[in-house]
Amino acid sequence: MTMRVYVPRDAAAVAVGADDVALAFAQAAAARGAAIEIIRNGSRGLCWLEPMVELSTAQGRIAFGPVTPADVPSLLDAMAGNGQHALRLGGTDEIPWLKRQTRLTFVRCGVVDPRSVDDYRAHGGYKGLERALTLSSDQILADVTTSGLRGRGGAGFPTGIKWKTVAQACADRKYIVCNADEGDSGTFADRMIMEGDPFVVIEGMTIAGITVGATKGYIYIRSEYPHAVEAMNAAIIAARRAGFLGKRIGGTKHEFDLEVRVGAGAYVCGEETSLLESLEGRRGIVRAKPPLPAHKGLFGRPSVINNVLSFAAIPFILDNGAKAYADFGMGRSRGTMPIQLAGNIRYGGLFETAFGVTLGELVDEIGGGTFTGREVRAVQVGGPLGAYFPRALFDTPFDYEAFAARDGLIGHGGIVVFDDTVDMVKQARFAMEFCAVESCGKCTPCRIGSTRGVETINKIINGERVAENLAVIEDLCNTMKFGSLCALGGFTPYPVMSALKHFREDFGGDLGPALARLQAAE
Amino acid sequence: MTVGYEPWDKARGAEIIAEHAGLEGATLVILHALQEAFGYVPEPAIPIVAEALNLSRAEVHGVFTFYHDFRKQPAGRHVLKLCRAEACQAAGGDRLAARAEARLGVSLGNTTADERVTLEPIYCLGLCATAPSAMLDGRLIGRLDEARIDALVAEAQR
Repeated sequence: MTMRVYVPRDAAAVAVGADDVALAFAQAAAARGAAIEIIRNGSRGLCWLEPMVELSTAQGRIAFGPVTPADVPSLLDAMAGNGQHALRLGGTDEIPWLKRQTRLTFVRCGVVDPRSVDDYRAHGGYKGLERALTLSSDQILADVTTSGLRGRGGAGFPTGIKWKTVAQACADRKYIVCNADEGDSGTFADRMIMEGDPFVVIEGMTIAGITVGATKGYIYIRSEYPHAVEAMNAAIIAARRAGFLGKRIGGTKHEFDLEVRVGAGAYVCGEETSLLESLEGRRGIVRAKPPLPAHKGLFGRPSVINNVLSFAAIPFILDNGAKAYADFGMGRSRGTMPIQLAGNIRYGGLFETAFGVTLGELVDEIGGGTFTGREVRAVQVGGPLGAYFPRALFDTPFDYEAFAARDGLIGHGGIVVFDDTVDMVKQARFAMEFCAVESCGKCTPCRIGSTRGVETINKIINGERVAENLAVIEDLCNTMKFGSLCALGGFTPYPVMSALKHFREDFGGDLGPALARLQAAE
Repeated sequence: MTVGYEPWDKARGAEIIAEHAGLEGATLVILHALQEAFGYVPEPAIPIVAEALNLSRAEVHGVFTFYHDFRKQPAGRHVLKLCRAEACQAAGGDRLAARAEARLGVSLGNTTADERVTLEPIYCLGLCATAPSAMLDGRLIGRLDEARIDALVAEAQR
């Protein structure tokens, strides 16, 4: 009997040797004359166990990890025999870290063969589109709206309202644009789903297309993600062959096709209007809004622009109904969020769960604290523009409004953990440095303010007139926050001010007056 | 000169440009294709791109200089990119970057005098749960430690 073994092709697994492991399996099996089928799946998201290899058995899949090429001969023995091995993790679905999750968007990630439309369909794929094809545009919009889905890129704008605006707009052409410019450090969910279950993104975009009357979609993927580019391109070709892209989708009158475009290393292009400029072949300079992209987007046409995870949530909603999605979550944050646990963390990876889980549960209980074994001192939530939270705020529930109420943001759901060796004044300076490097240059507060910010924090580090310079930082942050068009200049103050507020001991000097002003300003 | 790239040739450049000029918003696609062929975007290519897309040279030059990816001169024979973003910082990336700089004798953003290695910062490879990470000539490496960074540097110097 042919042995079926899964070895992830996910970039995070490849980075820790998955390709070598796959090759070792093929070679070892050939040497023994054993029949083996190696499927390069996505990652299950348990990154500390990568490369995590799975064996398909009559009782379900059995996981082993982390595997090195040297383990392969003994693993093959175990797989052909009683299955016992030192690296055995048990039934994959029974691994507590995985079992505890609520996977709606990532349900197939790591399970299916990401190159196979048939495997996608065998696991419930394209059911959402099939149902959507029987509904009117208004009915689909009603589903998306009542699901409560909000933009997963970070801004949290209701997806249903965005789609409705585009559906109602009149134009000769409309576009669907997928923002896969996942530049935030600590985030990798877009990359994982594109590599592990690319068809769900294609299906979500196709549903958007038939809903608003667009026939063309672009997926803008950052150049730092070559594996995701390859996976999406392969999936688009496979979907076209199977009749799920192109003319007459699923045998209906609907037409929709997709193209991947690759970014060129500009963080600001994750901002939607900058991304549109870049797609049009220009410098990624942010546009003023209005007009909204929903009215005048790509090439001046009405465009739906959503994050990868927003599109990837759509098939579930259409297949299972809006209520099934909205039943999860808290307050105005409905459904699930694929949360990414990263940085100095013991059990890092992708954890999809309903909104409402607290930051402390995520970092301590699920993440297991730091991998260095030292105390967790700070966590940055929401990427380079997100606030640094101390342990005192670990009771904050994962929810758009709860984080905003504490001067933070959940952004794209990335959590970066730092231990007690972190120097928060350096992290504050890095936030300014990053903004200076990545600013598109349109808004003066962002372009100049970030450079002045670096200089001023350097003075603070050198102990020069600390209280006065902190006042300068505070003033700069306010100017950037209110004087920048987009979130780059507007949100860089979050990491800076949160570092100052919660970790003031790292800034030295007498901070009394500056802090009093800081607190009064809030 | 990076191995595996063609030397600049005007006719070849024009051919690459013509291949993509019909796309919507083709500029980035063309610049990527040129860099893929030649290892950088040769200056004489800019006016040809401008002409093909009915843009001014200044516009194309503006696009070319806006994006970090595009090179105006060839990189070293090997390109080692180290992630310098927060998740890798949290996992000890600062120390490893300093170590790589010391071993190669160049700071981030520069090429060694023998033109063997270009050392560059990169802001996030999306490997944030297996940090710190790097990319050597397109190959990803996670869970870097001192031994691994030394091995990478040695490999790049070969």
